[in-house]
Amino acid sequence: MAEPIVRYKDVHKSFGDVQVLKGIDLDIAPAEKIALIGPSGSGKTTIIRMLMTLEEPTSGVIEVDGRPLWHMEKEGELVPANEKHLREVRGDIGMVFQHFNLFPHMTILDNCMVAPVHVKGESKEEAKQRSIEMLEKVGLGDKLDNYPSQLSGGQKQRVAMARALVMRPKVMLFDEVTSALDPELVGEVLEVIRDIAQEGEMAMILVTHEMEFARDIADRVLFLDEGTIAEQGSPEEVLENSKSERLQSFLSRFRSSSPS
Amino acid sequence: MTWSWNYVWDSFPLIFEGMWITLGLTIGCFAFAMAFGFVWTFLRRIPWKPVQKVVGFVLEFIRSTPPLVQLFFLFYAWPMVPYVGVTLDPITCAVLGLGGHFSTYISEIYRSGIESVDKGQWEASTALNLSTRKKWTKIILPQAIPPTIPMLGNYLIIMFKEVPLTATIGVTGMLHAAETFGSQTFAYVEPLTLVAVFFLAMSYPSAVLIRKLEAKYNRRFDKKNPTGTNKMDKGVALNG
Ligand SMILES: Nc1ncnc2c1ncn2[C@@H]1O[C@H](COP(=O)(O)OP(=O)(O)OP(=O)(O)O)[C@@H](O)[C@H]1O
Ligand SMILES: [Mg+2]
Repeated sequence: MAEPIVRYKDVHKSFGDVQVLKGIDLDIAPAEKIALIGPSGSGKTTIIRMLMTLEEPTSGVIEVDGRPLWHMEKEGELVPANEKHLREVRGDIGMVFQHFNLFPHMTILDNCMVAPVHVKGESKEEAKQRSIEMLEKVGLGDKLDNYPSQLSGGQKQRVAMARALVMRPKVMLFDEVTSALDPELVGEVLEVIRDIAQEGEMAMILVTHEMEFARDIADRVLFLDEGTIAEQGSPEEVLENSKSERLQSFLSRFRSSSPS
Repeated sequence: MTWSWNYVWDSFPLIFEGMWITLGLTIGCFAFAMAFGFVWTFLRRIPWKPVQKVVGFVLEFIRSTPPLVQLFFLFYAWPMVPYVGVTLDPITCAVLGLGGHFSTYISEIYRSGIESVDKGQWEASTALNLSTRKKWTKIILPQAIPPTIPMLGNYLIIMFKEVPLTATIGVTGMLHAAETFGSQTFAYVEPLTLVAVFFLAMSYPSAVLIRKLEAKYNRRFDKKNPTGTNKMDKGVALNG
């Protein structure tokens, strides 16, 4: 395997007395697509939030492209990272949230432009051109001057993806990005994710309950249970020939409720 | 007694002059309160428990003491405090006293404005790797400030009505002017009525304006609607 783009080394996370993640070891190859599944409360969101620097690990090391994320080297020792270091490393990561988190006071176009201009220092023209291209790619080229409140949930989520993509992250995180949507809007969002995945160059971690979709696009499926990676492998291995009873019973819930 | 229009005309210039002092002082006190409110809000955000405790206590103390007591303390007692005490002129006292008192409420308004911004906005700004400064200036403050404007306006009116308290330490605002006029002519009804009318004439339109602002900010993000339905309707009307 090539040098991993992301590496978790014995990562633990507790909230107060509650131990949520109990030693996560995980290497993600560049351009690898990972689906993260598991019961509610198993720590899926927490795993990717730590990578987005929204939650600090209690112990362990996370590396992005060979650099420690939450630590920096100082006189040969690893010390907690400062904001400057976090900003340097975080630039490789992008995230799409369950509840979109668009900026309501900005137009769709400005939502996409704000980071290229103010983080990367791109000129307004360049940022605008790239943002428009990206918005056209997600099918919203005709909504540039609209405000988020004027869009449907599916459209909002596509804007959120465009906004993350213009920053050209090496790793994109998706936290149940369709679970806040009306069922008839899920498809358009999954379609966009599929397109992004097929372009290939980005690594992706998808927390999802859409098992069909996970099977389609993931190179590897991880089953998280009680704070550890309980099973992992190709979609066929994990979703069709699962070994543990817990995974089987977890999956059976989706089969029985799935209409297709 | 009978109502005398003569007294009204005679006292008018005095009270009109006092009005400028009252207005100026209101603005001065409010500017001080807004600036100092910012300091309180900042101090309270320092993530260190002892600072938060001390600041919280000081704020509670200022808020639960009547402004009149604070004014009297600053004016009469402060000069007698050893080492740090200095004599303050009435205007300075008024600004420190009333401005200081109101700064505690205004700090609360700032805080509510900041807290009204959804946590997801912070997270999205982090995910886009915005610097701390850009997070505040581009994302948080533009959302936090608009809803505070009507609340600040309300406090401005409340403060305007509290400024006459400063007559007690000798600030020559409207109330003081009416009192002076009364003590010279023994006519109190006319000048004091005039003062009340002045207050009403300024407070009421301001209150109406603030209600308008409130309504405006409530539908702010939908209003700037360049490609929304309104324009489409117009297009149809023009074509047809
Ligand atoms: N900020 C927090 N403070 C305290 N506990 C938290 C916090 N965030 C998460 N937890 C707890 O950590 C556990 C794992 O949460 P997490 O959100 O990672 O689960 P999840 O697998 O994403 O679940 P879901 O499928 O419901 O989204 C849960 O028990 C949750 O209550
Ligand atoms: Mg979750």
